Amino acid sequence: MDDISIVLCGEAGQGIQTVEKLFTKIVKKAGFNVFSTKEYMSRVRGGSNSTQIRISSKPVSAYIDRIDILIPLSDESLEHVKKRISKKTLIIGEDKYIKNSKTNNKIEIPITQLAKSIGNIIYSNTIAVGLLSSICGINKKILNNTIEEYFINKKKELVKNNIKAANKGYENCLEQINKDKIKTIISPPNKKNDNIILNGVETIGLGALAGGCNFISSYPMSPSTGLLTFLSKHSKEFNIIAEQAEDEISAINMVLGAWYVGARGMVTTSGGGYALMTEGVSLAGMIESPVVIHLGQRPAPATGLPTRTEQGDLEHAIYSSHGEFPKIIFAPGTLEDGFYLTQKAFNLADKYQIPVYILTDQYFIDSFYDIPKLDIKNINNINHFIKTDKDYKRYKITKNGISPRGIPGYGNGLVCIDSDEHDEEGRITENSDIRIKMVNKRLKKLSEIKKEIIPPELYGEKDYKILVIGWGSTYHIIREAIENISRKDIAFLYFKQVYPLHNETINYLNKAEKTIIVENNATSQFSKLIRQQTGYEIKNKILQYDGSPFSVETIIKEIQKMRES
Amino acid sequence: MNEKTYDVGLVNTAWCPGCGNHSILNIMKQTLLELKIKPGNLVVVSGIGQAAKIPQYFKTNYFNGLHGRALPPATAIKISNPNLTVIAESGDGDMYGEGGNHFIHAIRRNPDITNIVHNNMVYGLTKGQASPTSEYGFRTPIQINGVVSEPFNPISTAIALDASFVARAFSGDIKKTKSILKKAIQHKGYAIVDIFQPCVTFNKINTFDWFKENTYYLDDSYNSTDRIEAFKKSIQNDKLPLGVFYVNKNKKTFEQNLKLHQQNNKPLFKNIVKFDKILKLISLGT
Ligand SMILES: Cc1ncc(C[n+]2csc(CCOP(=O)(O)OP(=O)(O)O)c2C)c(N)n1
Ligand code: SF4
Ligand SMILES: [Mg+2]
Repeated sequence: MDDISIVLCGEAGQGIQTVEKLFTKIVKKAGFNVFSTKEYMSRVRGGSNSTQIRISSKPVSAYIDRIDILIPLSDESLEHVKKRISKKTLIIGEDKYIKNSKTNNKIEIPITQLAKSIGNIIYSNTIAVGLLSSICGINKKILNNTIEEYFINKKKELVKNNIKAANKGYENCLEQINKDKIKTIISPPNKKNDNIILNGVETIGLGALAGGCNFISSYPMSPSTGLLTFLSKHSKEFNIIAEQAEDEISAINMVLGAWYVGARGMVTTSGGGYALMTEGVSLAGMIESPVVIHLGQRPAPATGLPTRTEQGDLEHAIYSSHGEFPKIIFAPGTLEDGFYLTQKAFNLADKYQIPVYILTDQYFIDSFYDIPKLDIKNINNINHFIKTDKDYKRYKITKNGISPRGIPGYGNGLVCIDSDEHDEEGRITENSDIRIKMVNKRLKKLSEIKKEIIPPELYGEKDYKILVIGWGSTYHIIREAIENISRKDIAFLYFKQVYPLHNETINYLNKAEKTIIVENNATSQFSKLIRQQTGYEIKNKILQYDGSPFSVETIIKEIQKMRES
Repeated sequence: MNEKTYDVGLVNTAWCPGCGNHSILNIMKQTLLELKIKPGNLVVVSGIGQAAKIPQYFKTNYFNGLHGRALPPATAIKISNPNLTVIAESGDGDMYGEGGNHFIHAIRRNPDITNIVHNNMVYGLTKGQASPTSEYGFRTPIQINGVVSEPFNPISTAIALDASFVARAFSGDIKKTKSILKKAIQHKGYAIVDIFQPCVTFNKINTFDWFKENTYYLDDSYNSTDRIEAFKKSIQNDKLPLGVFYVNKNKKTFEQNLKLHQQNNKPLFKNIVKFDKILKLISLGT
């Protein structure tokens, strides 16, 4: 086998995340490509959470249902993932957690007992890392070195014990493997892997840094909080102000204040928090302020499923906020896109003085995989604010609708902005001629924006008959499905800019005999948008809204069904 | 700078004749002039309401934002460019009602901004509904049996939260209000000045004469550094004290507490992106 899927399942607070972090580092060092993603409950202790780690000698970056190796770490684990267990699934763990499994394909390892023998049950996690390493045929040296690096800032004693624990797990498992004549399932490839491992939220964070972000104000809300944490962590090094606001209303209004004096600010939030921000977004529309909004979607309405995934807020992002004004919405589907689009978002927001969205979701945010080092050679940032002169008018009517943006304290002019309708100087007015001019001016920016819409990308056969359409985080899942189907008549059209839509969209659709949309929501919001903008109705829909990401298998199965019908 | 520095020429204000707002505008211009603050170096942040229109009527940079939301941008402006003088100014409904949460948290953060509230104890712009500071029994077309909720006391709330400067003034007294405002603007840290302001159109109870009769000034013997005394004064309501209730000079400002501004006051717009450091982070992965 060249592609295995390992699933760890246990309670919140058991430290599965440590195993995930450490083990993915180890396998990457051994030359493997690796992907991991997790699903978890909205609680701090107990319940059932699971993490999938895929290992392969080829790049892997999508969620699959299949489980090749399962490590249950709690009483409920087997039950929790039972739909995904097959006869081929190898189950490894403590007797009490594996004894109820119906298959014989299992290895018993007394993890807790081994941990206790080293002095503390907290070493259970490292023991799990050790046993997984032996199953994957990983060199012990790599195992030990990585553990040493991982715990580098910890006490010597602790490092020593962790190495001991990993080795116990490793050898114990090896013994069982030999005894039960279970072959190591996968062996490390003969190559070096110089890639870096990142998750979705880190690429957004790095993109923000690269885009010159120096101000973030937000209110914690899963799954978006990681970005606030990331930028806070790096705030000192990069001169960033990172503030936890009293609520989302304050957060966005702070960020608008920051842009007003020339900072580059962003907010990070999820549906409910974004709902509170919408008046502020409308203010950005009126005062023509740049703002970057990271909206990490989760299932709604209301509090919904706080820690799970959905693409249910596309319409919310497009149509929220009263009044008419332009905006741009990006929906990255790859880690690279997360980085480059976020960097770009700051420059476009600044250039057009509008809100720019990075629309992600829990699945995108929490998934890791390895990618080649991000290239930043060709990245540059342009600050679009100007030094004002004495007669400066903030809302000067110009040909393309963009009025040069001054900032207080830079130049000799005054910068006056107003949430009421205003004249060129920014003073309140109800003059209907000026009103019309100002509405037109704001909307005119859209024609400029349209000149640089990112086109959708086509994968698969150029002469397709069947066209599968997706946006944002489903990218890798759909792509792997299409590659698996490997038929000559199928292609995948991926949108990373979902609003405004690119002009070419309709041509791609018209060329297909059959179009299929894939969305992680119940009403197919993107196909509604496509229909509204192009008149084209996509009739075949693969929709999922149970809070989990699509699996590659589901997409294959559904496409096959539709192809035949 | 001269007497005209803050004038914007002929302005047709949206205020009723006889409204206390005219007098506050006048006091503001005089105060800023006497403090020699240059209009280009000043940002007035306001919300929505009759009071909130004030920055439109004199020369200054302004951010006339949303109803209730003056304090968050004002805070952000100050920390993003500490060299600017920042005033957040609006009505009682705006600051204490719609924006009440921000009021509490601005005090907690203690940015070096001045928060001026035109307190007419009514919603002026929306034509006469009760505000958080309206008195018990105050009748309006909505509160037809009179207000039944406890009036919000911004002074005692601010002192309870250990705001670093707390004062109350009266728009009818130019000299004294100017002197209070000067102290507030010069104070390093968050300063709240609640200004009693008669609304001649919608508040027939708390009139100019009513304020005259029901207020008195804290005298020279009053010690404004004693928080307990200040709190006692703030809940006195047979006659309402005016003046500086409380000053705490020992608090660091929000800017000072931010790591970023501990070395210097460099505004964020002068930040240069550190691509070398980003590259290093990227190479590390996670
Ligand atoms: C979100 C929102 N809600 C309501 C309003 C309507 N509104 C405008 S001003 C105001 C109250 C004004 O009262 P106050 O702040 O005391 O100012 P005044 O007019 O008395 O000076 C209200 C309710 C609004 N503009 N925005
Ligand atoms: S309504 Fe009241 S507060 Fe508003 S301008 Fe008239 S008198 Fe002043
Ligand atoms: Mg009022």
